[in-house]
Amino acid sequence: MPFTYRKALVMTEKSARSLRWRVIDIVVASVLGVAVGLLFVFWNFAGYAWFSAMDAFTPGFGGIAVGVWLIGGVLGGLIIRKPGAALYVETLAATVSMLLGSQWAVETIFSGLVQGLGAELIFLLFFYRRFGVVIAMLAGIGSAIAAWTIELFLSANIEMGVGFLAIYLIALVISGALLAGLLGWLLTRALAATGALNRFAAGREVRGVS
Amino acid sequence: MTGARIVAEGWGWRHASRRSPALRGVDFTIEAGERVLLLGPSGAGKSTLLAAMAGVLGGADEGDESGRITVDGTPASELRGRASLVLQDPQANTILSRIGDDVAFGCENLRIPREEIWRRVDSALGAVGLQYPLGRSTTQLSGGERQRLALAGVLAMQPGLLLLDEPTANLDPDGITEVRETVDRTVATTGTTLIVVEHRVDAWYDVIDRIIVLEPGGGVLADGAKETVIAQHGDALAARGVWIPGHPISLDRAPNPGDVLLQASEVAVGFGDTVVQQGVDLSVRAGESLVVTGENGAGKTTFVRALAGLTPPMTGSVTAERGFAPTRSPHPYRWRSRDLLTRIGTVFQQPEHQFVSASVREELAVGPRVAKLRNADAVVDRLLESLRLTHLAEAHPFTLSGGEQRRLSVATVLATAPKVLVLDEPTFGQDRTTWRELALMIAEHVESGGAAVSVTHDEQFIRLLGDARLHLTKRVPHGGMLR
Amino acid sequence: MKWVDRLNPVMPFFAAMLYSIPMLTSIDIVSASVALAIWLLLFFCAGIGPRTIVRRTWPLLVAAPVSGISMLLYAKPGGETYFTWWLINITDNSIELSSAIVVRVLAIGIPTLVALVGVDPTRLADALAQVVRLPSRFVLGALAGTRLFSVLADDWRSLSGARRARGLGDHGVARRWFTMAFALLVAAIRRGSLLATAMEARAFGAGDRTWARPSTVSWRDWTVVVLALGVAAFAIGVAVATGTYRLVGSQ
Ligand SMILES: Nc1ncnc2c1ncn2[C@@H]1O[C@H](COP(=O)(O)OP(=O)(O)OP(=O)(O)O)[C@@H](O)[C@H]1O
Ligand SMILES: Nc1ncnc2c1ncn2[C@@H]1O[C@H](COP(=O)(O)OP(=O)(O)OP(=O)(O)O)[C@@H](O)[C@H]1O
Ligand SMILES: [Mg+2]
Ligand SMILES: [Mg+2]
Repeated sequence: MPFTYRKALVMTEKSARSLRWRVIDIVVASVLGVAVGLLFVFWNFAGYAWFSAMDAFTPGFGGIAVGVWLIGGVLGGLIIRKPGAALYVETLAATVSMLLGSQWAVETIFSGLVQGLGAELIFLLFFYRRFGVVIAMLAGIGSAIAAWTIELFLSANIEMGVGFLAIYLIALVISGALLAGLLGWLLTRALAATGALNRFAAGREVRGVS
Repeated sequence: MTGARIVAEGWGWRHASRRSPALRGVDFTIEAGERVLLLGPSGAGKSTLLAAMAGVLGGADEGDESGRITVDGTPASELRGRASLVLQDPQANTILSRIGDDVAFGCENLRIPREEIWRRVDSALGAVGLQYPLGRSTTQLSGGERQRLALAGVLAMQPGLLLLDEPTANLDPDGITEVRETVDRTVATTGTTLIVVEHRVDAWYDVIDRIIVLEPGGGVLADGAKETVIAQHGDALAARGVWIPGHPISLDRAPNPGDVLLQASEVAVGFGDTVVQQGVDLSVRAGESLVVTGENGAGKTTFVRALAGLTPPMTGSVTAERGFAPTRSPHPYRWRSRDLLTRIGTVFQQPEHQFVSASVREELAVGPRVAKLRNADAVVDRLLESLRLTHLAEAHPFTLSGGEQRRLSVATVLATAPKVLVLDEPTFGQDRTTWRELALMIAEHVESGGAAVSVTHDEQFIRLLGDARLHLTKRVPHGGMLR
Repeated sequence: MKWVDRLNPVMPFFAAMLYSIPMLTSIDIVSASVALAIWLLLFFCAGIGPRTIVRRTWPLLVAAPVSGISMLLYAKPGGETYFTWWLINITDNSIELSSAIVVRVLAIGIPTLVALVGVDPTRLADALAQVVRLPSRFVLGALAGTRLFSVLADDWRSLSGARRARGLGDHGVARRWFTMAFALLVAAIRRGSLLATAMEARAFGAGDRTWARPSTVSWRDWTVVVLALGVAAFAIGVAVATGTYRLVGSQ
């Protein structure tokens, strides 16, 4: 590619770093939220079966399945790259999952809010400037820690033994890093490769000009 | 409200994902209340220019702008609500899930009082001839019905600047007249400035008074009163791909119908248990080009999908003749999709539905690869060349202009050389050059012993390629059992 | 059923939150059972039959029984011990807690799901914008975005038709589902981008707007809120009075 065009591209990316939400950001974040909500509905069965089975036989290892429920925050942050995106996508996903009849009913929304906040804080910590795989995994971990904390109250996990809580936290962190963070990052790359994210910085980084 | 005045000064735009600008150095002034037809070959940047005038082209991260476009003296991108635009893709124009709400959407944004909104909704729907209850779901509309809905949505807004991007491309002939008269009436009563993009000059000639012709990758090629532009530049424009009245296309062909390949008998099609069409009989013959016509919502699309083996008919049967069917099953919808590829190729009404790859070249290579054709690369190159897509080979299919997408979708099907071509509105939104190219390809295909079934509203197409014709009439859909 | 569906859709949300927060403070079987019993009675009086309840809450009914298992096995030990192995301690405390948690899941879940499952997104959006006064850009953006999923069935049909026509329809079920799910997501995002342009092309995003469909709150809605708070207060009151109230984490 001729030098001038590359320069022009770099310049457009720089000057465009506005943190205000465009209409397209809102709509696509909503689309993501609903899609992730549908994934939750599926996982409310598959993942929950796994979660309960693991918990019945081993303490806390059920947490390994939880990462999938945290992917909304990571995806929202990585794709939209605006303040509040992680929080918005995860909360909307939780709401959708509840409206379609999740077993946690209104508690789903509380969970979603807090989990989204966990991921959001990580993106905020990096001033919404870095969106690599490490940040994605950190966001997954942030979300996992948030999930662990809220479950102390929502599921009354605070009444659990210390051993259980420790194992559960470790399982959640691993799951958050992999199933939410890494998976979310890979999914973002895959979406970008299809060109669906061409109007987002996340998409343009992956695809060149033609 | 009076019309808006638009000034473009050296305006240009390069899409962020493209190396060269779609437009550059565009200059014109459109006075309030003028009625302009915007012309230019496919890919000239007409849709891009309309989006710019509507202020929806996006910010600096979506492309580089040069020069400026102002509406009533304000940069177009800073002005929301003065202009309203019907996008080229009819599917994209549907916003909300009920017809009434969808039409009301624009009015709400303009802060119109509630009672007034519903009054406008009613009259707009009446004006475009969409006679469904307000609560009807917007997903259950045919391509043409969707286009009418989109138009109702902007007419209800009574904007100062009305921008229509090929608003009648999917409409039946009556619909075109109806829509054109509605637009004419609305513009006359409100003094709105009107800019229409439409390849068919004759369809809008009586409504407009000025023609602006765009040059691909450049600025304005011709601009002036309609009579002057046609008289002075008519031949040159026709040669460049613009449809000009009095320059019909002719094809030299002698139809020679042969064996029956596909036979539809007593076919009924529909959705769920709603019957859309029933009792349809049809023979598809080698060496014959057949057209399927009928008003919007008649069930053409639904029928040809069944004919092409994509869905099973509700009742009745579609059978392939012995030598043509790949396996023991004569019913195309039971075939493997790979078998379908070299036998029945389908071009969808909405081109973007059938794109599966990330670049034009890959898109064309998909079929040949699955069908394990030899010299696939050569086939791809030849198609790119003949449909003038070579310069876009690496572009993403979804970023193509409307006409380019249509061409690509036809090309993907031609790539595997299926015996039967099923084309759902193959020529809509095409400039004259491409139209001719497409028609030639279909004619060649038929000449060499293939069959073509084309759904179309295009009179010229029917005249040149309608060796046989199936006309479907819209029936009131009903639920329940069939006989 | 009619009665519930005529409510302004955000008020049940509000009520569900107000109700669930006090209920979540305690983990005891008394408050949960009392609340559950009252709700079932109220639903019965309001003409919401068991069929409707089961239809709207079945995932909950399936999942509730297992929700107590981990509590039963791994809660802090207390009282008499019946079984112990590694981190597993089945004790009086864990039995009490796990039964309380199962009933609490039902007591919170059943009323909220009955009230909220299947609300009409358009009415909900109208209410969120006009009653709660959330920013209209977000509410309508979300509404339009969610519409893309009401066309999921049609998209599925056209996408699978397209893949079939393109020769890509021969894969096994698992792979087909996976590719289709991804293709649907891609299609939804892409359409979302176009939709954003279409919305802006109809003057969306400028700021204030009017609303074609009014969304109002009536005495009926407030009754629901008061009722929900009342049930929570009464249930917790009974628990406190009988000395069974147990603040989460207090022991
Ligand atoms: N979103 C986009 N990203 C990149 N390139 C684009 C995008 N939209 C359009 N283009 C390119 O810009 C050029 C002009 O496209 P535009 O849609 O304006 O053409 P058009 O004159 O409307 O053509 P048609 O008659 O086929 O609709 C085309 O070459 C097209 O491929
Ligand atoms: N998904 C759907 N569910 C129910 N009804 C539908 C659906 N899609 C279309 N219809 C209805 O079925 C009828 C036939 O639709 P179809 O798309 O086959 O029409 P068509 O003849 O191709 O029209 P057009 O010329 O406008 O493309 C229409 O009345 C339409 O409203
Ligand atoms: Mg166009
Ligand atoms: Mg059709």
